[in-house]
Amino acid sequence: MDIAASILAEAIRSGTPLLLATLGEIYCERSGVLNLGLEGVMTIGALAGFVATLATGSVWIGVFSAMIAGGLFSLIHAFTSISLGANQTVSGLALTMLGTGVSSLIGGKYVGQPLPERLQIFQIPVLSEIPLAGGFFVHDPIVYFSIVLSIMMWFILFKTRIGIIIRTIGEKPEAADAAGVNVHLVRYLCVLSGGFLGGLGGAYVTLFYTPFWKEGIIRGRGWIALSLTIFSLWNPLGSIIGAYLFGGVEVLQFYLQEYRVPASLLRTLPYFTTILVLTTGSIGFMRKRLGAPAALGKPYRRES
Amino acid sequence: MMQIRVEKRIVVSKGFNASIRIFTLLLSLVLVGILFAIYGINPLEAYARIFMNAFGSEFGLSETIVKMLPIGLCATGLAIAYKARVLNIGAEGQLILGAMAATWIALYSNIPSSLVGAVMLLAGFAAGALWAAIPAVLKIKLNVNEVITTLMMNYISLELLDYVLTGPWKGPSQRGFPLTDPFPSYARFPLIGGTRIHYYTLILLLVLAIILYVFMSRTRIGYEIKIVGSNPEAARYAGINVSKNILTVMLISGGLAGIAGVGEVAGVQGRLIENISPGYGYTAIIPAWLGGLNPLAALLASFFISGLMVGSDSVQVSLRLRASFVDVFNGMILLFFIGSEILTRYRILIEARGRKIWI
Repeated sequence: MDIAASILAEAIRSGTPLLLATLGEIYCERSGVLNLGLEGVMTIGALAGFVATLATGSVWIGVFSAMIAGGLFSLIHAFTSISLGANQTVSGLALTMLGTGVSSLIGGKYVGQPLPERLQIFQIPVLSEIPLAGGFFVHDPIVYFSIVLSIMMWFILFKTRIGIIIRTIGEKPEAADAAGVNVHLVRYLCVLSGGFLGGLGGAYVTLFYTPFWKEGIIRGRGWIALSLTIFSLWNPLGSIIGAYLFGGVEVLQFYLQEYRVPASLLRTLPYFTTILVLTTGSIGFMRKRLGAPAALGKPYRRES
Repeated sequence: MMQIRVEKRIVVSKGFNASIRIFTLLLSLVLVGILFAIYGINPLEAYARIFMNAFGSEFGLSETIVKMLPIGLCATGLAIAYKARVLNIGAEGQLILGAMAATWIALYSNIPSSLVGAVMLLAGFAAGALWAAIPAVLKIKLNVNEVITTLMMNYISLELLDYVLTGPWKGPSQRGFPLTDPFPSYARFPLIGGTRIHYYTLILLLVLAIILYVFMSRTRIGYEIKIVGSNPEAARYAGINVSKNILTVMLISGGLAGIAGVGEVAGVQGRLIENISPGYGYTAIIPAWLGGLNPLAALLASFFISGLMVGSDSVQVSLRLRASFVDVFNGMILLFFIGSEILTRYRILIEARGRKIWI
């Protein structure tokens, strides 16, 4: 493998948790629900995956548990924002506090414990030898899955009836309701799938990327995913570019360290990039007037 | 058959609003109590100890006030920002910038010693406000979501703090530890005898909370801020400069958080250290909402939350409780609080066997 390919591979690896979480959030927001609890959901997933793997010795049970935990946890947000019609921003913030708090409460005794098994890498022969593009083919199954998933989720969102329903609910819920669609149910399902994927993204961190548990291990990835959602203009394919770009920034930090730039200043790179990415996403949104679902953040209640 | 109907509530009494807040508080206490029980801790004993440690002794009470200073300063500012629906989550970073500004004044400037205290406070306010101005301008000019930008600014400020403490500001006499040298005595805020309460900050907090209360309820700008928050469309229609109001609340909330940072370095630590704030800026979000976004009520709620923190710090060792249960508690309060807000907007009618029950 050449240098370019291995840098790309590293960028993909560090971008994968972001990609998974962003994909989930895209569906969530397309249906009109803003989930600012993503950081908490990812943290819950990270811990659940780690603990389940420790307990069972199977990393796949860990992955599965993380998804379930993330999904169930995000249902709290679904209930307050969809059923109760509460302020989604505040509900999301509360979810993040709750998620990081509960995880550090439960996770205390798992700090420093080694993981019995890590996700296996499956290097694809021949393809992985291609210069640069070979970086796509030296990964664990979750990376491959996330790429396939992005394409599938793009297809469902833009080419199928289900996608039309989700987008309509995010744009004009009353129209979907009039057509006989259960708005609340679809929103619940979208938040739930966002939770599954957020949990999976979190587990990818503790089961592969940095295979241990400590408090604050998600380090703002949930928030970064939220800004990538806007940057990708709510398009699953766009999120691939955004997530790997971000992964690249994270990898860049390690390479820049050789030039004696203080490590602490380098660590600010992803955060500056987030602000930049969010800003360009917001400008694009204003210019094109497409993207942001019109009913994003607005609870739906049928007026009787 | 039982029937449940939901109707819009037309009149909401203040008493009803307050009782909902107290109810959510109690509900959170009960649920966290269940959590205690799961961990094999008697919840009643835990709460009794937390309460006694926080409010029951002179020492506990003074420590509660020490924590209330930064939390209260952040919370009163945030209350105003949230009133305008500007969701500044960046008080933590704004606090750190304030602390850094004060440190620079105390250690590296040539300001006459008699003026240092006042200049530190001004510089802290300015630094916090400037740090908040960046997300504010992005929001005003480019419609960038302030929740995410203010949060990113928090992460950046933490790294900046790490940078100055491991690099340029590392105290030569600190044997490699990430600390600055101690402030000279003229740059330290005086304490109330026998306590750690730095009363400059306490007086400032009380005065500022009252000023903000009057500002919100009696002035034109305060009135505009409320309209911007409740109905931005109407505000624009009425000729209110929405951008100006957004900037105002961001500068005020950022500045107050900056002052909180000054208090921590000049009043409590006497130097700049890595964990100058154990998340005060985040914690302050809770009392801001709990106080119904009213500066004075937010101050009262800050006192309560600070007590909870002091009390839980002290039972951490004796009951082997992790401090993070406070985060869980805070998350729950916030969740229940906004969840129950529905009760202030709608009323629920339960009809069963010809009887009607209103909630």
